[in-house]
Amino acid sequence: MSLVGLMWANLFRKPTRTVLTLASVTVAFLLFVLLRSISAAFDSGLAVTATERLVVVPKYSQVDDLPYAQKQQILSIEGVNGITHTSWFGGTYQDPKNFFAKFPVDPLSYFDLHPELDLEPADALQRFARERTAAVVDKGLMETYQWHIGDVIPIQGTIYGKADGTRLWEFQIVGQFSENGESSNFPLFLFHYEYFKEAAAFGGDSVGNWVVRLDVPDRADEIAQKIDALFENSSDPTKTATEDEFNRQFARQLGDMGFITTVIMAAVFFTIVLLTGNTMSQALRERIPELAVLKTLGFPDGTVFVMVLGEAILLCLVGGVIGVGLAFSISRGLAEALEGIFGSFATTPVFAIEAIVLSAVIGLIIGLIPALNAQRLAIADALRR
Amino acid sequence: MCVAYAVSLRGVEKQYTKGKELVPVLAGINLDIEVGDFLALMGPSGSGKTTLLNLIGGLDHPTAGEIEVGGQSLNNMKAKALARWRSENIGFIFQFYNLLPVLSAQRNVELPLLLTRLGRKQRQKNAATALEIVGLSDRGKYKPKELSGGQQQRVAIARALVADPSLMVCDEPTGDLDRENADEILGLLQTLNEHHGKTIIMVTHDPRAADRAQHTLHMDKGRLVTEAVA
Repeated sequence: MSLVGLMWANLFRKPTRTVLTLASVTVAFLLFVLLRSISAAFDSGLAVTATERLVVVPKYSQVDDLPYAQKQQILSIEGVNGITHTSWFGGTYQDPKNFFAKFPVDPLSYFDLHPELDLEPADALQRFARERTAAVVDKGLMETYQWHIGDVIPIQGTIYGKADGTRLWEFQIVGQFSENGESSNFPLFLFHYEYFKEAAAFGGDSVGNWVVRLDVPDRADEIAQKIDALFENSSDPTKTATEDEFNRQFARQLGDMGFITTVIMAAVFFTIVLLTGNTMSQALRERIPELAVLKTLGFPDGTVFVMVLGEAILLCLVGGVIGVGLAFSISRGLAEALEGIFGSFATTPVFAIEAIVLSAVIGLIIGLIPALNAQRLAIADALRR
Repeated sequence: MCVAYAVSLRGVEKQYTKGKELVPVLAGINLDIEVGDFLALMGPSGSGKTTLLNLIGGLDHPTAGEIEVGGQSLNNMKAKALARWRSENIGFIFQFYNLLPVLSAQRNVELPLLLTRLGRKQRQKNAATALEIVGLSDRGKYKPKELSGGQQQRVAIARALVADPSLMVCDEPTGDLDRENADEILGLLQTLNEHHGKTIIMVTHDPRAADRAQHTLHMDKGRLVTEAVA
């Protein structure tokens, strides 16, 4: 038997109470790791590293469009050396649960401005540019929906119907793209803008936003201001930001996942601290004569303090480790379910380390007051209780 | 002839504060207990027996006076040093056994040895020896609730003697036992006194228990009132 063995044995003085407390701590850390993973997947899904690209969006609402005529005006600004555009198409593939972004784009300029995307097969870009109903798709989406090159994909337009009154859009996949061989963090379904322009009942003369490439990334702020100044007094004012900032704003439209995660976890851990702290205090009160006996036998105050604190930390650590283990087990299943939304969803060792450190800290908070009380216990008084 | 005292008290007083009032519990106790003695402390409830025992065992500090145990003054010892001293020199036996319910008998006995530098195997061996002395070699794996009152008290005695202390202080060790078990426990204490050389101080209300001791001291209202030779 060791001191740790003694702590462990004390924890199971009332097994039902300990198991229930352990279960609540486990669930808290299971939630922590999963929510951290979702939050991280969300952030990474929208973060693009390119610094030489700006995104120009409607100033007041991203639901608005920008006129196609702005293209030449933006290109005329000194320091801008390329431009392309994207638009939010919406649309449903088979089931509304099958969520992924679908953008009508100009093939050549889009891939010119996104050199980090590797398109295959070799003739994919040529076919995409040439064939009006062609589409190129993120590698991850191809795997998720088990699509193959040559497949015709029907999309039911939810925002954009066709000029002929129907809502069914059909695209033939001519290529797939990836970034360094990996699926993109924000998987896209790209199709030809010209097809959209010709067939859409409305919106064919506008775009959702402009993506602008700069000569020198250091001038991003200056050129962003110039673009916005250019359209400030027009009917379509713009708001220009770096791609990274745009993605953050886009994420905030859906909800600040980091903030939401923090609020949920704060509530969960606050409750855990209260409940487990109360349980530990109650357990300590029941054991006052036993602690007095330990002190009588010669256990120093410091050792009794460490033992009581250690019990709280041990309880939280065990709960934390089980919670992390469970999170890792179920995250594989979740990853498949969430792949279509986030591209990549994974629990990482960093989250596990965070959870385990946090569990120790919570154990420390919970155990500190009972441990101090145990340390201060006067033997003669405590033996009389 | 020079007499070796296991315990020596001079002018020991103890007062408690109850609200704003000072409550005297012990007043001017002078006492010498020889090495190898088996002393019974008797007296009515509230006479200060347990308080005196606590002071001798280093569980509390006197308000005034000097306490020496085994030639060591306890007055100026800090809490940590006192804890260490207790673990090495005193064996405690309580009325209600005070075993840890989550540990087996063997592990309860092993408990004081966690404070020593002994290895795990040696601790287990010493605990087994102590259990053998009290006649419970075959009950090492039992939890306290699986043992009778008498057996639990014998485990408590094994725990008290496992670190081989020179002085054992017993607070009504038979107070919770029937006559038969009480006699067994008292016989065991006598054996420890006579054959293992332990000095024993026992608080008791039971005259038959006191009869087993070599000496009996009576207390009343915080003072020693008589001494009788057994």
